[in-house]
Amino acid sequence: MARTVPALEMQAVTRRFPARERGALPFTAIERLSFHVAPGEFVALVGPSGCGKSTVLNLVSGLDRPSEGQVFLSGEEVTGPSSHVGFMLQKDLLLPWRSIRRNVEFGLEARGLSAAERAARIERELRRCRLTDYAERYPHQLSGGQRQRAALARTLAIEPSLVLLDEPFSALDAQTKILLQRSFAQTISASGVTTLLITHDLNEAVAMADRILVMSERPGRIVEEIAVGLPDRDNPIARQSMPRAQELVRHLLHALHLDEAVDA
Amino acid sequence: MSGAVESAAAPKPSRAFGGARRDWAGSLMLPAATLSVAVVVLLAWQFLPPAFGVPKYVIPTVTDLVAEMGRMWADEDLAQHVVSTAVWSVVGFVLGGLFGAVFGYLLGLSPLWEKVLSPYLLGLQIAPKVAFAPLFIMWFGYNAMPKLLVTVLIVFFPILVNVLQSMRVADRDLVNLARAYSMSRAQVFWKVLFPSSMPSLMAGLRIGATLAVIGITVGEVVGSQVGLGYLIVYGQGAANTAMVFNAIILLTVIGIAMYWAVAAIEARVLHYIPRAVA
Repeated sequence: MARTVPALEMQAVTRRFPARERGALPFTAIERLSFHVAPGEFVALVGPSGCGKSTVLNLVSGLDRPSEGQVFLSGEEVTGPSSHVGFMLQKDLLLPWRSIRRNVEFGLEARGLSAAERAARIERELRRCRLTDYAERYPHQLSGGQRQRAALARTLAIEPSLVLLDEPFSALDAQTKILLQRSFAQTISASGVTTLLITHDLNEAVAMADRILVMSERPGRIVEEIAVGLPDRDNPIARQSMPRAQELVRHLLHALHLDEAVDA
Repeated sequence: MSGAVESAAAPKPSRAFGGARRDWAGSLMLPAATLSVAVVVLLAWQFLPPAFGVPKYVIPTVTDLVAEMGRMWADEDLAQHVVSTAVWSVVGFVLGGLFGAVFGYLLGLSPLWEKVLSPYLLGLQIAPKVAFAPLFIMWFGYNAMPKLLVTVLIVFFPILVNVLQSMRVADRDLVNLARAYSMSRAQVFWKVLFPSSMPSLMAGLRIGATLAVIGITVGEVVGSQVGLGYLIVYGQGAANTAMVFNAIILLTVIGIAMYWAVAAIEARVLHYIPRAVA
């Protein structure tokens, strides 16, 4: 592979938190975690619960600093919140007192953009996420799926070089989830944005990502890397029915020792 | 495309629940029922006490109250007293609300100061504020200052506590989102924390609106030459029970008017919150 500057690179990152109680050992969320995401790539990070996935999100978004190691975005070290990263959580985090249009505008308000530029970006993202008809509605008037699309529109409006998705589909019902995964896949592949999806849903990882990183239990580190190598990145539903996808899911189950786990 | 996502959404104002009941309530039946309760109570008030031989200086009848109200209007310059009480209640409410909100936000933004001051705040909150009225009269004399101070103090705490609480429970993820968008502390406050505190602030104001009338009344009862509280003391001295009743009724009306005003403002400010079907 030609040596391009990765969109995201974690270099031997360790994050420890001080012990909650006196005398206890400090708590290590992730230890010497290294991986990279190439520009335009869609990478999924899967792992058991409590493996430090959310710590990764906070480190990459600049809300938290590593205890050791470094995080780079397009070759620049992350030292604080950056305008190049957009993130989305399981919660849509829409402001209930703002219309959808004003919610999409939210991320643009800390930047010196002209009013015309702002309006143009909002229109573009609303159209891309098929929310133009809902622009003047308030979040409570929308369904869970529509709200997550609005959150994606807000995230893409800042034109991030990297989008972090932290289990964005896990609060939705099964059908909405499938449709929204396809909707996101289409939107993301149309915009060409680099994406890191944090998820515990193995099917989702296989259906959406170019590459899957498997994290171990705490302290989290990468134990396996899988190139998905499937077509139809913009159509997770088509992908899921491919034999190779099912094989990969089985492989992931094994990698996470879920096939031999006795109990939850 | 994602048709199912679309159609699953856009909740219309649902009437599926108890549609028949709503229609019943929506017609004239509900106001009529409320009104008939008032009629029954007024009739009972008018006729029962005399029937049981309760003297008029203990419970005056409704017609006595109406007659006394007319006399107060003509002879006691009632309008002046009502206006005085109403105006000072509003002034005290606005000042108390303003101080309470400002202190609530400042302490909410500074957890250290909140910890330092919280025992004193708790003490002041528990201290019966009306008991300060004589003290304020000793300090400031028989003018508007004591009743205003009592009112400001009474209104201050529920609003402070509500705002402070809302700042504590503000969604950390929303704050983090704003920070991730490189917003300054001031922007995080004005764009996230302040608007998300609105429901709590409005709830505090609603409590404050009713408490303001209590504060002013206490101030007027303890030492004032004007206002409905003064009329209560005056009526008591003159053994004019109807006058005391009337003053209490008018105080209640002022309190209700202030509560409605705040509720109307709240409905406008919090328009984005789906309203429960009443």
